[in-house]
Amino acid sequence: MNATEITSKITNAANILNIDKWDYGASFSNDYSVQVDRGKAKQLKASQKQVITLRVWNKENLVGITTTSDLSEKGIKKALEQASVASEFGNKNEITDFSPLAKDPIDVKEVEKKNPLGIKKLLNILREAESKLIGSHEAIKSIPYNGLSESFYERIYANSDGAFRNHSKSQAAMYLYARAEEKNKKPRSSGSVKLGYGVEDIDIDSCIKEASKKTIAHLHYSSITTGKYLVCLSPEAFLTLINAFSSIFNARSIIDGTSLSNKNSIGDLISIPALNIYDDGLNDKNISSAPFDGEGTPTKKLSIINKGKLENFLHSESTAKIFNTTPTGHAGLGSKVSVSPDWIVIERSNECSELNTSLDHENYKGEFVYIEELNAIHAGVRASQGSFSLPFDGWHYKNGEKCSIESATVAGDIKYLLKNIVNIENEEELTTNGISPHVWINELSITGDE
Amino acid sequence: MVSSSIKSSEIRFGECNKQLLEEVIFYGVSLGADFVEIFIENSDNSSVLAEEDFITSVSPSFGKGAGIRIFKDKRDGFVSTNDLSKHGLMRSVSQAIEMLDICQKNNTTKFNGLEKLKDYSKEKINWLKEVPTIYEVSEKLLLSTKSLKKDKKVLVRKGSYSRNWQEVIIASSDGTFATDIRLHQTVGLNIIANDAQYRSNGSRRYGSHGIPNEFRLWDHEKAANEVYESSMNMLYADYVQAGQMPVILANKFGGVIFHEACGHLLETTQIERGTTPFSDKLNEKIAHESVTAIDEGISEGSFGSLSIDDEGMEPEKSILIKDGILKKFISDRAGELRTGHKRTGSGRRQNYSFAAASRMRNTYIAKGKYTKDELISSVSDGLYCKSMGGGSVGATGQFNFAVEEGYLIKNGKLTKPVKGATLIGDAKEVMPKISMCGNDLELAPGFCGSVSGSVNVTVGQPHIKVDSITVGGR
Repeated sequence: MNATEITSKITNAANILNIDKWDYGASFSNDYSVQVDRGKAKQLKASQKQVITLRVWNKENLVGITTTSDLSEKGIKKALEQASVASEFGNKNEITDFSPLAKDPIDVKEVEKKNPLGIKKLLNILREAESKLIGSHEAIKSIPYNGLSESFYERIYANSDGAFRNHSKSQAAMYLYARAEEKNKKPRSSGSVKLGYGVEDIDIDSCIKEASKKTIAHLHYSSITTGKYLVCLSPEAFLTLINAFSSIFNARSIIDGTSLSNKNSIGDLISIPALNIYDDGLNDKNISSAPFDGEGTPTKKLSIINKGKLENFLHSESTAKIFNTTPTGHAGLGSKVSVSPDWIVIERSNECSELNTSLDHENYKGEFVYIEELNAIHAGVRASQGSFSLPFDGWHYKNGEKCSIESATVAGDIKYLLKNIVNIENEEELTTNGISPHVWINELSITGDE
Repeated sequence: MVSSSIKSSEIRFGECNKQLLEEVIFYGVSLGADFVEIFIENSDNSSVLAEEDFITSVSPSFGKGAGIRIFKDKRDGFVSTNDLSKHGLMRSVSQAIEMLDICQKNNTTKFNGLEKLKDYSKEKINWLKEVPTIYEVSEKLLLSTKSLKKDKKVLVRKGSYSRNWQEVIIASSDGTFATDIRLHQTVGLNIIANDAQYRSNGSRRYGSHGIPNEFRLWDHEKAANEVYESSMNMLYADYVQAGQMPVILANKFGGVIFHEACGHLLETTQIERGTTPFSDKLNEKIAHESVTAIDEGISEGSFGSLSIDDEGMEPEKSILIKDGILKKFISDRAGELRTGHKRTGSGRRQNYSFAAASRMRNTYIAKGKYTKDELISSVSDGLYCKSMGGGSVGATGQFNFAVEEGYLIKNGKLTKPVKGATLIGDAKEVMPKISMCGNDLELAPGFCGSVSGSVNVTVGQPHIKVDSITVGGR
C-alpha cells in the first residue's frame, strides 16, 4: 500500500458514501528489534504495521473520527461510516477545520536513506555491546534492560481539499541499562540511550562507556539527610521537567483548564530573564524530526519563553482559531486534537547579569545536589497544580567530594523553580529529548532515607 | 522462502480456520521450529469523552492482526502483521525462522495437528450488541459531569468511557486451539477544583470484564460525590513534611503498591532478567506473617479476569505468598521454559503486536482480622493514604508512589489533609513491615504497562499498616 493508493481508495469510498469533506493521517512501518541476555538472543521481534486515522465532516460541519488497521476497501468504507456516526457527536462549541497551512511548503531535511541491517546483524552488534559493557567493570553483572532496534516508516497526511504530504524515514535506537552488584550493598542501575537515522549512525562505544561510567559511579552510595539543597539539574533532567510542565505553554491545556497559564498569559514573566526556551522540531540534531504535524501543518521553530517572558503558545488548528492566530505545527490527529511539543531547546539569554556564573557542575566546591536523571514522571508530576515529587539518580557534593545518593526524591513547584534559577551554564548539551545546559536551582526539597 | 502451494485464503473470525492454521504451524515446524504459536485478533473499540456539559470526543477504532511466535531451544522470535492471508502468515513464520537462524537438521519436534476447538466465545457472541450505544454512553457521561457541578470552585469536569472488545484465536504446535471473546469497559471521572492560589485534583476509575450491562448500572451520582469530596478535602491541604513514618494504606486502589513493588518481582520475566531479589526465595519468608497475597484470573466480572490467557491456558488462582512465605511465581510459556516455574495462565499481551509475557491479573493481599479503626488507632504519628495515584518500580526494585489523598494521623486519629506525599521504598524492605491487615478487602481496576504492553488488571487489598516507610514531601 502506498500513499497514492490509499488516498485514491478513500476518495472513492467517500464518493460512494456521499462524504464531501475528509482528511486522514496514516502511518506504515516496518520495525525490527533484538534483546539479549548474557550473550544469548532473548527476544527477536519484527512487525509490519499499518494504521490510518480518518476524519469526516458532516453537513453541519461537525467532525467524527475512526482509527483502523484494516486498509481493505471494506475496512476503509467501514471506517468512513463509523466516522460519520461519530460526527453526530461532534463538538459544536469548537468547530474543527483543515489547517489553513496544510498546503504550505514543508521543509524536509535531506537525510540519507538507510537500509535495514536485519535481525542477525542487529543481534551480533547488541551481543558485542552487552559483552563489552559487562566486561567494563567486575561489579556489572548483567544488562537487564537492553535493546537495538531499527524502524522504517512513512507518514502521510491528505485531505479532500487536495492537501497531500508524505514523509518517509528511518530511525534506530540502542539502550543499555546495566545492573551492578557488590557484596553487602544494594544493587545499582543506570544506563544510556542513543539514537540515529540508522544503526551505523549510533555511537555504540559512547553508549557502552556512558552506561558503564554512570553505573559504576553509583556503586559507592550513601543516604542523604532530608532538607533543602542547592540543586544542579543535568540537561536531561531540566528538559524532563520542562516537557512534564509543557501545559504551561500548551493552548489546548489552557482551553481545557488544565494549564497554570490562561489566554492572557502571553507577555507574563514566568522565569528569570536569563532563560530562553524554543520548540525546534526541525533542529538538525533531532533524529525524530517530522516536517508536518497530524493536521498537515508545517513544523517550525517557535520561541516559547524569551528572556523569561511567555512569548508563544503551541497550537493546533482549532486552538489557533480560538486564540485568533495560526497553527504552530504541534497537533496530533484526533476528533479532539492533541497539542504537544516536538523538541525543546533551552539556552541562556543575553539578560544573564544576575546569574551566579561561579556555579559550574564540574568546578563548584560548595555543597549541592546534582540530579542526573528524574524518574517516574507519570506518577510524580501534577501538571495542573504545578507541583512535582520525583525520585532521582544523582550525587551529593560536599567538601569537594561527591557521593552517589542511595535513594531520594526531589519535590517542588515549577513556578518557584523557574523563578529561582540561579545559574544557567554556558555549554549546551544534546540529549535524546532536546538541547539544554545545566541549570542550577536555589533550595529544592530533597527527601532522603535519613 | 514461502510455500508454493499458498492460496489466497484468509483467516476469518467466527469460522473454523483449523486447516489453514495447521498448514501454517506445520510449515514452521517443518522448517525446524521447536514450537509455533499463532495469536490472531479482531478488535472493535470505542471511547467517549465528556467535558463540562458537552461531548467533545467520540473515537471508534477497529482492526485485526496476527502475532506469530517461534521458539527454538530457549530463544524466541516474534513477528506481527496486519496481513491475515495465508501468504501473510507463512511469510511471518519464515521471517521468525530466519531471525532465529534455525537449521532444520536436528529438529525432532512433531506436530500432530490441532486439538478440537475449545470455544470460550459461545456465551459471548452477543456481547458487542448488548453494550450501551454511543447515545446511551453520551447521555450518562453528561449526567455524571453535571453531577460534578456542585459549586464555583469546580474548574474542570470530565467523564470518560472506553469499551474494548477483542475476539481471539490461539493455535499452537502443542495442539492448543482455542477462541475467546473479551469485553472490557471502563469509566472515569476527573475534577480540578480551584480557589485563588489553591488547586486540587480528584479522580476515580471503574471497570469490569464481561458484563455488557455494567455501564448502565453504574451509579454516577455516587461516583461524582466521591470525586468531588476528595478534591474538596485536598483543596486547601498543606504539603506533607518528609520523613520516615508509619503509614495506613486504604483498601481498593491502595493495592497498587503491592502490584508494583512486589507483584512485578514475582513475574518470571523478572527472574529471567535477574532483576528480582526473590528469585531464590521460594518457600522462604519474604513478608510479614500477616501477609497472604493472591494473583488470579477467575473472579467473575473483575477487570483482570479471563477465560483463557493469551497462550490459550485457563487461568489459575495462584497463592503467591502464604503467611509471609513465598509460594509461587507468575509464569507464562517462556517463563516455564527459561525458569522452570510452571505456567499459571498468566501469559498476557496488549494485542497481537506484542509477544505474551508473564503478567498479573487480579492481584491482591488477602483480608486480615482488624478493622480500619483498629489500624488507624495503632498509629501515634503517621500518614493515612486514602487514595493512591500512579507509581513505578525501577530496575533495582525501588518503588515510588504518589499519594492523591492523604491525611495525617495524630494519636490514633485522622487529622488534617496533606498533599505532595510520595511513598518510597523497596519491596524486600517493606514487605516485612506490613504488620496489620484489615478485614475490608476490596478490588479496583487499573491498567498495567510492562514488557507486553498495557493490560487490564485488578489491584486490591484491605486496609493495611506499614510500620515504617519513607514519605517524600517538602
